Amino acid sequence: MFSFSEIKKSLLISLWFMFLTFPIMVIRVNTIYKTIEWRWDRMIMVGVGSFFLSFLWRFFIGKKETGKKKTDTGEVQQLTWIQRLTENKKIYLPSLVAISVFVVLFPFVFSMYQTNIMTTALIYVVVGLGLNIVVGLAGLLDLGYVAFYAVGAYTYALLNQHFGLGFWTVLPLGAAMGFMFGVILGFPVLRLRGDYLAIVTLGFGEIIRLILENWNAFSSGPSGIANIPRPGLFGLHLSLHQNIIYMYFIMIGLAIFTIFIVGRLQDSRLGRAWIALREDEVACQAMGIDKTRTKLSAFALGATWAGMGGVMFAAKTTFINPASFTIWESIIILCVVVIGGMGSVLGVICGAMVLILLPEYLRAFSEYRMLLFGAILVIMMVFRPEGIISNVRKTYKFEGLKDNNKDNS
Amino acid sequence: MLEVKNIKTYYGNIQALKGVDIQISEGEIITLIGANGAGKTTTLMSISGIVPPRSGEVLFLGQPISDLQPNEIVSLGICQVPEGRRIFPYLTVSENLDMGAFLRTDSAEVKKDQEYIFELFPILAERRNQAGGTLSGGEQQMLAVGRALMARPRLLLLDEPSLGLAPLVVKQIFEIIKKINTENKTTIFLVEQNANLALKVAHRGYVMENGRITLSDTSANLMVNEDVKKAYLGIS
Ligand SMILES: Nc1ncnc2c1ncn2[C@@H]1O[C@H](COP(=O)(O)OP(=O)(O)OP(=O)(O)O)[C@@H](O)[C@H]1O
Ligand SMILES: [Mg+2]
Repeated sequence: MFSFSEIKKSLLISLWFMFLTFPIMVIRVNTIYKTIEWRWDRMIMVGVGSFFLSFLWRFFIGKKETGKKKTDTGEVQQLTWIQRLTENKKIYLPSLVAISVFVVLFPFVFSMYQTNIMTTALIYVVVGLGLNIVVGLAGLLDLGYVAFYAVGAYTYALLNQHFGLGFWTVLPLGAAMGFMFGVILGFPVLRLRGDYLAIVTLGFGEIIRLILENWNAFSSGPSGIANIPRPGLFGLHLSLHQNIIYMYFIMIGLAIFTIFIVGRLQDSRLGRAWIALREDEVACQAMGIDKTRTKLSAFALGATWAGMGGVMFAAKTTFINPASFTIWESIIILCVVVIGGMGSVLGVICGAMVLILLPEYLRAFSEYRMLLFGAILVIMMVFRPEGIISNVRKTYKFEGLKDNNKDNS
Repeated sequence: MLEVKNIKTYYGNIQALKGVDIQISEGEIITLIGANGAGKTTTLMSISGIVPPRSGEVLFLGQPISDLQPNEIVSLGICQVPEGRRIFPYLTVSENLDMGAFLRTDSAEVKKDQEYIFELFPILAERRNQAGGTLSGGEQQMLAVGRALMARPRLLLLDEPSLGLAPLVVKQIFEIIKKINTENKTTIFLVEQNANLALKVAHRGYVMENGRITLSDTSANLMVNEDVKKAYLGIS
């Protein structure tokens, strides 16, 4: 295990690191006294630290590779732990109850601040699940997804400003607007695939943002729209704290609704068509799948959830401007899907939690926050390239054939 | 059953078919042979609507289909096994078969048909929960044929089913093609490089060169035709 070549490689890496960090870690020039301070002890720290880190890194990579080899050679596919968990009723039901209790008690146990960021994370769960339809299931790389988010947010802001419509009226309207824009923007890009699709959708995302930024008469431009009311509850007057808890529960409801619908879609005929389309277009056409309709429906249904998320976002922050809908936002949502596990509902939920909550909890590390966040993302992608929870599709099982399989393996 | 009348098909401004006429009657096995790049695949793509012809007409059971979408053509009963198999690599064998029955709604019958496919290709039954991409080339070809049969086609379009397979497997597949034809009365349009085998199973054959049909006759006659012998059967 601790072979000589491994040690040599780690040693080389630590030497390289000592050399690289030499100017910043060791030399300190005091400009006032014009003296140079040599801090050799730091060099030793860097050396030892990088040596052990690289050693650990190699160890885990090695472990991962051998693990993979084992599953490759085994005839019967190993069940993932999550599959075992959901199939075992004894663990599954209690854990479901535990999670529900935790979710219900959360806002009463934790602070307002915690509840608030949890609500944000839930918005990303909903939007992420929407994008999951487009990217994870149908395999259409959409980098302009935030456009639909903006459409939802501005639908609420503008309808409220001009017509005084409330949150609950606009929520379905925002979803409908998302759907409509999904169809409108979907049509021209359907012929494209892969990188070309990504670039064109990126362009569309920017176009929407630029329109919002420059069409002052319509969207009040970069200054945005303020004083958007929070969701109402039968005309009751809620304090800020009560309202935050209320929004938290709205988002919980919306998230459960989304999970349910997306789960159903995934197992439906349409869901199968999306998955097949991702794998081979010509074969799909030969099987009689309507390519255009299937792709368009993925695009439009994905956009619907973004529209709803957008309405909620506007209601939560009470102020929106085009700066909230940059390409960066699209990338975060895409990261939620990819890091969580493309095509997996549970994965996307975990992805949203990690991506939105982690930076908040890393605030303790102040200026190293983003550095750590980046490092964690890189490490996650190296060790779990298929995402936190990889996609477990429902597979058809034929019990009668189990013996047959055994003979064969 | 199928009438292809003077179709001309283009890829951009490259003309691949320069007026092709083909007639297929119910219950026949018809083969189309020709050199690489002759336009055989294009002919199939034009029939199934994936690359629609720019001019000419395709009639299926008397109904013009050249303006229909590929999915509408499949629903009429024409199903294609595309060149190079093109199975869904990450779906399991039985899910692949299910995709073939995508347009069907009679789930009980679909299940029965799946069992029938497993009878035809016992190896697929053993591999039914395995991902399609992990099958061997021959198994993938069987899966591709099985998947197309799941649509219960009246006309089955096969594009080079022998591509890259060992002679024994090729023989097996051709026997099944024959079996499908006699048992289910499925009409079969077979595109092949392996002219020898194709002419043995087919009733009639067409020879294609540079986007045109140059010869058409019964298989028996084609097999003794001097030009065919020289160019496609490797006998001089
Ligand atoms: N997608 C495409 N774009 C442009 N040209 C194409 C395309 N597909 C085929 N062609 C051209 O059309 C002509 C006919 O091709 P086709 O695939 O029909 O040949 P084929 O008879 O099936 O050959 P093979 O036996 O090698 O499969 C060829 O000259 C080919 O280069
Ligand atoms: Mg071909």
